Parts: sequence; structure tokens; C-alpha cells
Amino acid sequence: MTSNRDRRVVVTGLGATTPLGGTATETWEALLAGRSGARTMDFDWVAKYELPVTFAATIATPPIDVLAKVETRRLDPSSQYALIAAREAWADAGAPEVDPERLGAAIGSGIGGVWTLLDQWDVLKEKGPRRVYPLAVPMLMPNGPAAAVSLDLGARAGAHTTVSACASGAESMGYAIDMIRTGRADVVVAGGTEAAVHPLPISGFAAMQALSTRNDDPARASRPYDTGRDGFVLGEGAAVIVLESEEHARARGARIYAELASVGMSADAHHITAPEPNGSGAARAMLFAVERADLSPTDIIHINAHATSTPVGDVAEYNAIKRAFGDHTENMSVTATKSMTGHLLGAAGALEAVITIQSIYHRLVPATINLDDQDPEIPLNVVTGEHQKLPDGDLAALNNSFGFGGHNVALAIRSI
Amino acid sequence: MAQSEQEILEGLAEIVNEETGLDTASVEMDKSFTEDLDIDSLSMMTIVVNAEEKFGVRIPDSEVKNLKTVRDAVTFIAGAQS
Repeated sequence: MTSNRDRRVVVTGLGATTPLGGTATETWEALLAGRSGARTMDFDWVAKYELPVTFAATIATPPIDVLAKVETRRLDPSSQYALIAAREAWADAGAPEVDPERLGAAIGSGIGGVWTLLDQWDVLKEKGPRRVYPLAVPMLMPNGPAAAVSLDLGARAGAHTTVSACASGAESMGYAIDMIRTGRADVVVAGGTEAAVHPLPISGFAAMQALSTRNDDPARASRPYDTGRDGFVLGEGAAVIVLESEEHARARGARIYAELASVGMSADAHHITAPEPNGSGAARAMLFAVERADLSPTDIIHINAHATSTPVGDVAEYNAIKRAFGDHTENMSVTATKSMTGHLLGAAGALEAVITIQSIYHRLVPATINLDDQDPEIPLNVVTGEHQKLPDGDLAALNNSFGFGGHNVALAIRSI
Repeated sequence: MAQSEQEILEGLAEIVNEETGLDTASVEMDKSFTEDLDIDSLSMMTIVVNAEEKFGVRIPDSEVKNLKTVRDAVTFIAGAQS
């Protein structure tokens, strides 16, 4: 594996709509304040179906407050969230002037347009085929969000959708790096989106006992690394970044947040949902990312972990980190921001990439909340209580994302 | 129950607005759905199906291609209601 940083890829725009806020900045401020985005759901279907889990990290700003009414009608919520985050990122990057044929879009989703799919199934059953919405298919297709962003920005270099469950958003950013490195594009809008706070996915995740059932205390339910963790908290939203070749960004005098230096990917080929317990697949992804970023493992000072708050997953990730970094593990500060955001599935990796980029840019690591009694099997150096100030000088960090199916994705982010 | 052409026009304008975001005032009798209002065939199908429900009529798929202007649609719906 060789590095390919002769055409460096930098981040010039950030956007997000999340359970913590309607923008990347609002989300970042909530993270620094240690707020939880989890709340009791007030949808009528929670009681109707007697769901075993009655809370989720639902989106903070409804799309109807941001988008035109017709956009909310003609786009699945997963596309709406992606569009909101992409427009913010694009504006944040200063709406770069770029040849449309040199502009790409890469937006991942884990589940796709599940609301449209099941709503329209209901329409078919209750009213017949003629009443099925003619836009049902483009709304439910998993590449709908990438297509919506491509259409909105006029991105013609390519519109792509990576699908790897909870690693989808991070993988899309890896795909975007490759688009720029291989010369297919100068600018790529990349991220992930998910709108799956719906009774079916909730029931499915609950049936596999993946969700926390701390119904009486939602804000304290997502507790990565804590001995009392009992599953993840379902979240929703989108996060999108603007990536550019460094040359393109410098030529237009853009503000550069950080370098997205590399992606490392691997597959466990172990089990459809369980991570490989010894973490060898995830460790390989992390080490690939380190190597391809022209770094040594000891250069990594911070990891934004996948850490979903499941009993098995958090331990497996620790084993992977320890396997990759050995004694250096204790020198790295680790944070688990899902303690606040919940788990955004196909948007999770994208959101945590945004947070890691913000951490490098602001030199601040948000603290993990709800860590009252750290699991002795996970002796990581977790940032708790106050956020951590990172030192001056060159910084390098990793963001981990893993997905059902054994997908492992690590992004390396360097200060610039 | 037959409605006046003006009532049908107003109801149709609401459907068009709901589906496309176009201002109801822009939906005038002599406007062409495709040329003037820029309504594509997918949106047109949604408008037709919603109009069937709203006005209690049936608009066969074979008829849709003949509904070139707003007036064509209003006239067809009025005829189907009577």
C-alpha cells in the first residue's frame, strides 16, 4: 500500500443537520456543551405499534423549516436531509466556482428511502396502484440523495452512492478522495444521510437487541464504554463536506479546515452483524489509513471512535485500536460523540468526520457524556467532563466507522 | 355534483400548487401545462390522480395527453361531472 498524497485533498466546507442542531456549527456547539440529542418520540405510531423503544435522537430542525414545501413533498426525508447539509456545506465553502464537469457528488445512505417505500406500500394496499405516487421510485432509491445533491449543485463529474450500512457516510468520503486523486474531479460534495426513525427499522433493531431500552431516561441511554451500556440510540440526519484538491482550494483562496488525507477500508468476512472480536479487520483499515496518509501510528493523537454503545461493539473496537496501535493506544485521546448525537447509521461516519475535522480545526475534542463507570475491558484514554484542548503544531486524527456486513472504514485527517 | 368552471379552476390551481410549488394565481385558463407551467409528465400524472379524487371524476390515461391547457382540464372535468 503506497501513499498517494501528491494531489492532496482538503476540506473547505462543512454542513450538517442532526439531532443536536440544524447546522454544523449548532451541532458543534451542542457537542461542546455536552448535550444529548435523544428524546422521547411523540409520534402516534410509537404507542400504536407498542414499540419496545420509545425514544430516538430525532432531527432538531424539521426540513419544512428550511426547504421549500414542494421539496419536502417530492423528496424522501433522506434526500431532504442531504440537500440541507449539502447546501450549508456549499455556502460554507464560499460556493466555489468550478466547471460542472469537474464537480462531483458522493452521498451514502445505509437504508435509503424507507419512509417512501413503506408509505407507498400502504397507499397501494389501501387505494390501489393508480394512487401510488409517480415519484415513488426516485424517492425511495438509495441513490436519491446523491442525485438530489447533484441536481441541486449541477455536479456532472459523477453522482455516487456508497452503501455499507453504518460505514456508508465515511465510505462516501473515501470515494470522494479517490475521485479527486484520480483526476475525475476538482471538487466533490461528499457525505451521508439517514432518515430511518420509522417503526420498521426500530422494530428490527429492537428485535436483534441492538437498541438501548432506557425508555425512562433517553438523554442517558447512549453511554459508550460505560458498564451500564445496553445498546445504541437510533439517530437521523445528514452531514456533508466540500472536498477540493488543495491546488483548486489555494487558487481561489479558500478557507481550509483540514486535509482529508486518506481512507482505509477492509471487510471482516466474519459475521453478518457481529464484529470480528479480535478486531483484526478494523485494525487493518486503521493502519491502511495511517500509511496512506504518510503517517506513522504514533503520529495519531486522537480517534473519534465508532463506539455505538453496544456491549459487544465497543469492546471489539478497543481490541482493534489496541491491535493497531499497541502501547501508543494510551497516548491517544478518544471520544465517542454518539453519546450525544445517537447513531445516525449511514450518516454517522459523515457526521463524525465533520466532528473530527472541527476537532482538528478548532483543536478541541468534545467530551464523551454518560461515561460514569468505564468498562475495565476498554481501558482507552476517553475524553470526559471537559472538552480537551489539542496541542499546537501538526495534528493527525482518525475517524472510525463500521457497518453491518463487516465493513470497516477509517478516515485520516491532518491539520493544515 | 357539478361545479362551476371557476370552482374547478380554483381547485385545480390548489392541486398544481401542492405538487409543484407554483403560485395558484399562475394557473390560468390559457396556460399550457408543459410550455407555460413547466409541468413534467410525472407531475401531470399526480395532478390528474389528485384531480380525480378532488372532483369525483375519472380521467382515463388515454385522455391525459389531450389535456394540453388548463382550460382543457377544466372543460374535461366539468363535462365528466355533469
